[in-house]
Amino acid sequence: MGEHLLEVTNLKKTYPIYGNMGKLFAPKDHMCAVAGMSFYIDEGETYGLVGESGCGKSTTGRIIVGLNKADGGSILYGGKDLCRLSEREYRPLRRELQMVFQDTISALNPRQRIGAILEETLTIHGVKDAAKRREQVLATLERVGLSEEHYFRYPHELSGGQVQRLGIAGALIIQPKLIVCDEPVSALDVSIQAQILNMLMELKQELRISLLFISHDIGVVRFISDRVGVMYLGTLVEETETENLFANPKHPYTQALFAAAPDPYIRRKEFTALTGEQPVRTDKFAGCAFSSRCPYTTERCRREAPEFREIEKGHKTACHRV
Amino acid sequence: MSFINKNTSAVSEAIFKEQRQLRKERLLASPGLIIGFVGFVIILILAVLVPFISKTDPNAMVVVDRLKPPDGEHILGTDEFGRDLFIRLMYGARVSLWVGGCVAVFSCICGVIIGIYASYFKLLDHILMRICDGLIAIPGILLAIALIAALGTSSWNVIVALTIVYTPSVARTVRASAMVVREQPYVEAAKVQGFGNARILWKLILPGVISPLTVQASFIFAQAIISEASLSFLGAGIPAPAASWGNMLQASKLVFSKAPWTMICPGAAVVLCVLSLNLLGDGLRDFMDPRTKGGAKK
Repeated sequence: MGEHLLEVTNLKKTYPIYGNMGKLFAPKDHMCAVAGMSFYIDEGETYGLVGESGCGKSTTGRIIVGLNKADGGSILYGGKDLCRLSEREYRPLRRELQMVFQDTISALNPRQRIGAILEETLTIHGVKDAAKRREQVLATLERVGLSEEHYFRYPHELSGGQVQRLGIAGALIIQPKLIVCDEPVSALDVSIQAQILNMLMELKQELRISLLFISHDIGVVRFISDRVGVMYLGTLVEETETENLFANPKHPYTQALFAAAPDPYIRRKEFTALTGEQPVRTDKFAGCAFSSRCPYTTERCRREAPEFREIEKGHKTACHRV
Repeated sequence: MSFINKNTSAVSEAIFKEQRQLRKERLLASPGLIIGFVGFVIILILAVLVPFISKTDPNAMVVVDRLKPPDGEHILGTDEFGRDLFIRLMYGARVSLWVGGCVAVFSCICGVIIGIYASYFKLLDHILMRICDGLIAIPGILLAIALIAALGTSSWNVIVALTIVYTPSVARTVRASAMVVREQPYVEAAKVQGFGNARILWKLILPGVISPLTVQASFIFAQAIISEASLSFLGAGIPAPAASWGNMLQASKLVFSKAPWTMICPGAAVVLCVLSLNLLGDGLRDFMDPRTKGGAKK
């Protein structure tokens, strides 16, 4: 199994739920944001993570880059378990694991010029020579389609698309191996989305970077990903190669997602939307995560959680029906 | 700004010009800042220059001239010892500004260090904030009087006492805004980029608290001037013959029914000085936020 760039095994993250008295008493329950995720990412591969908001996909990404601490499981990267590293031990790995945020404009220091922001990152990672830093920054800006002009701008002087390019530049500048993209295009216009996605594709092929692409937009995920994991309520419900997933979705949640996605070429009177809301997953949660909303729920689904197993080569799903 | 090399191109020149223009517009959009700044600078200049423009000794008594109303010779009149009120007012401004300025600077330095570390490290937060709570619980002027009673009266002791009184409130302001900045995505992003704790604290969080800090500093400057005047008025401040606004007010309380200018002039000086400092602080806050647009207030 050593050939994977990053391997996540049974990752867990829970948040305490306190009673009326707040933190005065021990938490009465725990909310499982991530409840046992396992997947891997190979070198140069794009892994798409889809799911509705609140299913834990962003939390997973944040744990990988070390912004949140996991409560269980492991993340193997380069022979080290990221969950067990201290802040200090993690720091050298920052160079290799980067993140692009959804709301990039607020992920940039509003008081610094863009050139200074990017150069600071290089300073931290040991580029001592100022002229060299500047050269590298200008090269990276050019690579993401910005120019020298933007070097002297403040972040709030840029447009939404330019800001997102800049966010990618910020991640690229130290030549990482894996970039976690947390909804990088969902705040953008469709036409700008396309530009950014094309750029990401090019960069990925050129530099052989792996991406963990987190999004709720299955169209975007289909375009960019090599493999896709569908996430629901803290767990993966289906995972396979992109085209196989779209041709042959097995899990009822995946099918429901596809049915609900808008398609500009089909005029519909009504969307086949899922009814109800995502339940809260607590410690006591039993059965299949999707059982409360699944049209095919049986007694067994409510009692027993289906195993996430391989049904064909490279196609895993967690459902009793298949 | 180290990244601006000498060989900046024409492009960057144009951008700097545009950004300077925007700054100018923002500056003109806040008249309070200009009025406060001008008022403060006039007081400052008068206070600094008074020993050079006038040979009159502020403490020399001329008993024949006592309690003269304002006229051509003494533009603000004289006090009960015949000393020129205007000259004494200017020497009083030296004391007030020196004390106020030192208190503002020292309490900001201590407050920033305490506040920033408290906002970032949980354990330190509990310890430091409980100490601050304790200090805030004691009324400021009483604490200052107690400290001066222990230390003795001199202008340095007034500064030390008032710094101790005002540091907790600066620390609280800094901590509150530092906690907001700490949760900003750009601080998280910086962590992902590999910033160390010290770099996050001083390069990202500190600039974020500078604007509330300047506002707070200008208010503390103003409050320290009032406190210094109060302490002097109560006899716990600057020792007697030296001119200070508080001393002058105290001296006037015996004669103000006969010579009201002895009370009005130092009182007005305190009010004007505090008012211009407050206007300055408010204006600075608007000006320093890079996202405020010029003319947005209209």
